Amino acid sequence: MTDTRIVPIVMPKWGLSMKEGKVTGWLLEDGSKINPGDAILEVETDKIAGAVEAHEAGVLRRRVGQPDTVYPVKTLLGVIADPSVPDSEIDAFVSSYVAPAAEEDEEDQGQKYEFADTAAGSLRYAKRGTGAETVVLIHGFGGDLDNWLFNIDALAEKATVYALDLPGHGQSVKKLEKSGLAAMVAALNAFMDKLSIGKAHLVGHSMGGAIALQMAADHPDKVKSLTLICSAGLGGEIGSYVDDYVAAQGRKDLKPVLEQLFADKSLVSRQLVDDVLKYKRLDGVEGILKSLSASLFAGRKQQDAPAAKLAGKLPPTLIIWGKEDLIIPASHASLLPGARVHVIEGAGHMVFMEKASDVNNLIKAHIAG
Amino acid sequence: MARKISMRQAINEALDQEMARDPNVIVMGEDIVGGAGGEGEEDAWGGVLGVTKGLHAKHKGKLLDTPLSESAYIGAAIGAAACGMRPVAELMFLDFMGVCFDQIFNQAAKFKYMFGGKAETPVVIRAMVGAGFRAAAQHSQMLTPLFVHIPGLKVVCPSNAYDAKGLLIQSIRDNDPVIFCEHKNLYGLETEVPAESYAIPFGEANVVREGKHATIVTYGMMVNRSMEAAAALAKQGVECEVIDLRTLSPIDWDTVIDSAEKTGHVICVDEANPRCSIAADVSAMVSQECFKALKGSIQMVTPPHTPVPFSPVLEDLYIPSADSIAKAVKKSLAH
Repeated sequence: MTDTRIVPIVMPKWGLSMKEGKVTGWLLEDGSKINPGDAILEVETDKIAGAVEAHEAGVLRRRVGQPDTVYPVKTLLGVIADPSVPDSEIDAFVSSYVAPAAEEDEEDQGQKYEFADTAAGSLRYAKRGTGAETVVLIHGFGGDLDNWLFNIDALAEKATVYALDLPGHGQSVKKLEKSGLAAMVAALNAFMDKLSIGKAHLVGHSMGGAIALQMAADHPDKVKSLTLICSAGLGGEIGSYVDDYVAAQGRKDLKPVLEQLFADKSLVSRQLVDDVLKYKRLDGVEGILKSLSASLFAGRKQQDAPAAKLAGKLPPTLIIWGKEDLIIPASHASLLPGARVHVIEGAGHMVFMEKASDVNNLIKAHIAG
Repeated sequence: MARKISMRQAINEALDQEMARDPNVIVMGEDIVGGAGGEGEEDAWGGVLGVTKGLHAKHKGKLLDTPLSESAYIGAAIGAAACGMRPVAELMFLDFMGVCFDQIFNQAAKFKYMFGGKAETPVVIRAMVGAGFRAAAQHSQMLTPLFVHIPGLKVVCPSNAYDAKGLLIQSIRDNDPVIFCEHKNLYGLETEVPAESYAIPFGEANVVREGKHATIVTYGMMVNRSMEAAAALAKQGVECEVIDLRTLSPIDWDTVIDSAEKTGHVICVDEANPRCSIAADVSAMVSQECFKALKGSIQMVTPPHTPVPFSPVLEDLYIPSADSIAKAVKKSLAH
């Protein structure tokens, strides 16, 4: 028995390892009108802080979760309902709410990472949603598919979304068949072939943007649209981040490097630094990162200009940038004629994490055409 | 791919992957395959607690079951290392190391120095340490300080499966003799460990919990006890920083000193007997380097200076508890 007029707001599950989260504060008052995509409250985990967003329209009728309190995933934090629903029904809903624990295992199964045995080697990926349109999320240099934890579920509401670990990254193969951008484009192409993804909306961040651009130039039949977030491949200059990231050996060197990624430096948690350090210490990773940085960004200069190859045949393209990007300057957003551009204030290179709600809405609208 | 495995499996995996990577890596020790004339599968035993189980079948000829003569096979391992092999010798209990002190202290630890840097001795000696296993005084000691005292030896003591795998791989790749101490009560503890190989550099402590009120410096099983104490203290509003030293030689003084200067209260927790212990060593260094930053007296939490009792009741009292660690934190904070 579910009452569709009453919508629960629950503790989200951001990534496989999240078991609980802390409510850090409410962004809206009781009685606030809510539209889908609105940020309702802020939650912090040991890995990351972020906003819980509304999936449905309505009115915030009840704030159940208390600030500075830790709740397990799926615990009821609040209630959205139409003003016509009487308070007594809201009370009854809250008091009888049981977190759907039985389904958790099922859902975990569905959310598990998978591996595709491609021509470029074993690539890890996550797949969400079942919509008609297909979206492929491509992370940046040194990143992995978990970078998309605030985006993948939102985008999967109306599309089939894949996020992959590029070769040499995350838990994918630690070997490159070719070098530089060509290796990455070959891997993306092999990935799409293996999973029979015909034509997709490519969303690329940073180096992933350059890969998406080159993919559109090499395989126009496979690219329906481009979303380029703080993208490489548009201009020449790039900050010291790549060199610093490769050089950092311990937690102390790595933390300030990762802080370059965010406008709000406090988002770089100890856990985030540890996770990156663990990745960097895997056999083979250092060699791949050095070879990629030498090929793509030698002398702090972007060596490839894939955007230039798309003159006159650019697919529908959306460019999103964090205004305070310290890695690739936001001025590059205007270097691609024919693209729609959104520069978002108060965000850095990881704009899709820092302003996830805004970025998700922009991408959803772009994909819808 | 990361998955949860026990420290026992993590050590097995490190040996497996390093033997596959480098043909010079061999493993030797008592009963690490099947024991002389053992029945059943060829590697039925896999060491007294099953750590090397399954490796013999995968790496034929790379695992040597040795006679019950520690001085003979530790000497052989050190000699093989000096000649270019990378042996990992399992000594069962660190308590037995006494019978091969000359090979370790006077040979392995000194070769590089006495041959003017021309000789390398890339040997790893793995051994079980620690109390709580009801194994009495001769099989339960935490003798880490003995080895830290000898220049030329590296001493490692992991607190979890992730560190155990990365530190053992680093130990095997390192060109100096390494004493690798495995707490027997941690073998079953599971943590998330990548399936791929990785090495954790020596001399890098891990801050396993951040806090601003007091610093707990520790290693091995005491990391877990200290985390329990820190969790209990957090409920009372006391935020402890917990430092897992991971390697005792080399030791990461920077991390210890930075934290001591931040909190001004230092609690050294060590499962070794108190005299000339790791706790005493850290206390001395902190009092010398951070004197002006200290806001309370440095506390040492260790067992009493006695052999490990066989009586279970006394053994449980002997090992520092989360409660005794929490009390020491409060004592320092009361100054």
